[in-house]
Amino acid sequence: MSRSPGLPGAFALTGSASFSEFLAALHPDRLPVANTPGPDGGWAPHGTTIVALRTADGVVMAGDRRATMGNIIAQHDIEKVFTADDHSLIGIAGTAGLAVELVRLFQVELEHYEKIEGVPLSLDGKANRLASMLRGQLGLAMQGLAVVPLFAGYDLAGQTGRIFSYDVTGGRYEEHDFYAVGSGSSFARGSLKKLYRRQATAADSVRIALEALYDAADDDSATGGPDVARGIYPVVGTVTVEGSRILGDAEIGPLVGAMLESRHESASGDAREGA
Amino acid sequence: MSVPFYVSPEQLMRDKADFARKGIARGRSVVVVQYDDGIAFVAENPSRALHKISELYDRIGFAAVGKYNEFESLRVAGVRLADLRGYSYDRSDVTGRSLANAYAQTLGTIFTETPKPFEVEMVVAEVGASSADDQLYRLMFDGSVSDEHGYVAMGGSAERINQALAEGWQDSMSLAAALRLAVAALSEFGDEEPRSLTASQLEVAVLDRSRPRRAFVRIDTPRLTSLLEA
Repeated sequence: MSRSPGLPGAFALTGSASFSEFLAALHPDRLPVANTPGPDGGWAPHGTTIVALRTADGVVMAGDRRATMGNIIAQHDIEKVFTADDHSLIGIAGTAGLAVELVRLFQVELEHYEKIEGVPLSLDGKANRLASMLRGQLGLAMQGLAVVPLFAGYDLAGQTGRIFSYDVTGGRYEEHDFYAVGSGSSFARGSLKKLYRRQATAADSVRIALEALYDAADDDSATGGPDVARGIYPVVGTVTVEGSRILGDAEIGPLVGAMLESRHESASGDAREGA
Repeated sequence: MSVPFYVSPEQLMRDKADFARKGIARGRSVVVVQYDDGIAFVAENPSRALHKISELYDRIGFAAVGKYNEFESLRVAGVRLADLRGYSYDRSDVTGRSLANAYAQTLGTIFTETPKPFEVEMVVAEVGASSADDQLYRLMFDGSVSDEHGYVAMGGSAERINQALAEGWQDSMSLAAALRLAVAALSEFGDEEPRSLTASQLEVAVLDRSRPRRAFVRIDTPRLTSLLEA
């Protein structure tokens, strides 16, 4: 079978259902781990703040739309929150180019496993797979091209939403109620600490996530606030037992409008005041 | 040392083809039918785990009959090829035609170069924007490909099933009507008396044109039962 003109032998090998391992064996040059030299990452666009929080029936994840390159705003409308598969979301902070490519590979990885094995990976399996893919990028992280993802999904076995954070060495940590990554994460986490409520509905949680991103943008220059003039709003995704989806601008726009309205009255934006 | 007998290439190929045909004819059949909103795959398969029908890519499905280990290795190769191409270029660059070509080349090479040909027959189907854009490729054990329209039957007593489909198939049938036709055609297996197949003996999936990205959906037993009774 290895002789032309059929498919090369690698396609017929039995065993692994991992797409990234298959890609590494057949076309290592197409992996996101490119041989990119550089003393530090200041010249490459960076994505900034992602927040995720558990809700009564799953998880909400939201990310701002700014990418920065040193003091320059590299992009106003970058998307940093994606559906990883039917029951999980991934958000990325760090070197944008590598991060977006990592997400693409991770999405194919999950779908590839599901198609070959006939069943999707468990949520823990997905989280572990992402950790080992990150570990493969440690060399780049040491050069200042770090990618820091935030992974969240609905655990069909445990019937609950779960959030996983990572460090650049591939360390995987499960978070309890909420988490944030990226340059504005400490401000976002401070905001979430005050606004977060266990068992909040998905709609309330979306509002809390928007508030947290607004607070992050307030104090972190690399995080972009909602751009009402251009109609650029944070990307918000939800996961429930029904599945994962990214909310459209038509849904987010009015929520952002309501948040800004309440901020006129009270700068703290405490969602509980209106409730 | 004995001198090997001379066997003419014609005889050799004929023997291999007979061998493969016999192997395929032993298995239960699979039917692929176009309906108004997509393409339906119907297989007689009591197993819930060993699939004869599967997803290759967003708009592309796969069905096979014959030896399970042989078509399973081809299915996995197809998933790998599709994912590799989609990742390297773009999701829209993965086409049913290119997958059918790769399968044809592979099957052709195996048929001519190995002593035992694969005892498989497959369909690669791609759902398009409208039923006129749908593509059905039927692949034989020797690597020959044919571009079909409307319906395909493979496996044991494929001719009889094809005949039944030819009589009943119409352009833009509903899903329920297409499934009823496929199940009725599958019920005529070999020389046995026509049987009545129930939903639990069938493996059914569709490529649903109206779904946004991944068009492939399996139809579970309760939904299949209600569709067949509708």
